[in-house]
Amino acid sequence: MKVSDLVEKYGLKVFAGQESLGKEISGGYVSDLLSDVMGHAKENEVWITLQTHQNVMAIASLKDLAAVILVKGLEPDDDTLARSREEGIPLLGTNRGTFEMAGVLFNELKSS
Amino acid sequence: MALELVFQIEGGDFSNAGKASSQIKKVLKQLNIDTRIIKRVVVAVYEAEVNVAAHAHRGQVKALFGETEVEVVVTDQGPGIENIEQAMQPGYSTASKEVREMGFGAGMGLSNIAKNTDNLHIESEVGKGTILTFRCNYS
Repeated sequence: MKVSDLVEKYGLKVFAGQESLGKEISGGYVSDLLSDVMGHAKENEVWITLQTHQNVMAIASLKDLAAVILVKGLEPDDDTLARSREEGIPLLGTNRGTFEMAGVLFNELKSS
Repeated sequence: MALELVFQIEGGDFSNAGKASSQIKKVLKQLNIDTRIIKRVVVAVYEAEVNVAAHAHRGQVKALFGETEVEVVVTDQGPGIENIEQAMQPGYSTASKEVREMGFGAGMGLSNIAKNTDNLHIESEVGKGTILTFRCNYS
C-alpha cells in the first residue's frame, strides 16, 4: 500500500510533503517517545504520534520513514511543516485517535 | 586520508538536534557503508545530540571517518553525570518536565547509544561536563 492510497481511502489531511506520497508503506510504528522511535522504528514505516514539533520530522528523515500521521486533529508547528517540505516526507493528519488510526493501518497492511 | 566533521550544539536548542547525525549519514552513504551500519551510527549520534541539547550548556560533535570505522567524540560543558552506571540504566532520566513533554528524556538515550555502537566510553566531571566517545566498525 502506498501512502497516497492511505490518504485517499481514509481522508487524511496532507499538511506537507505531497510530492512524496508515492512511497510504499512497509509497516507502522506508534509512540510519542522520540528515543523509542529512534531506537525501534524501521525504514518506510508510518509513524503515528501526537507530537507536533519539528524534531518529529528530523527523526522521520533520519529513520527514512514513509510518513508521519498526527492524530486527534492536531496541527503541526510552522517549523515542523517547513521541515516536512525540506525533507520530502509527508506530514499527515487525522481526527481519529491513535488507537483507531493504528487499527486502520494495521488492518490495511494485514490484508494487503 | 581521514575526513573529520565538527558540529556545535547549544544547550536547549532542539531545533538543530539531528544536524550532525544527518550530515554524518550523508557522508557514510557517500562512502558506500552498509546501510545497517549507517542506521546504527545515526541512532547513536542523534541521541548524543539530544543529550547535549537537553542537559548541557553547549557542546560539540566530532566525527572522524577512518578506513575501517567512524569515531565520534561528543564533548560538552554542562552539569556532568554523577553516576554513569545509573545513567546507563534504561528508564533512568534527569530530564526536565519541558524536555519530557516533547517526548525526549525517557531515559533511553545512553542505552540506545550503547546498543548501537561497538565501543562506548564515557568520561564525566560533575559541574564541568562530559566526554562521550564511541566507534562503529564499517563491517
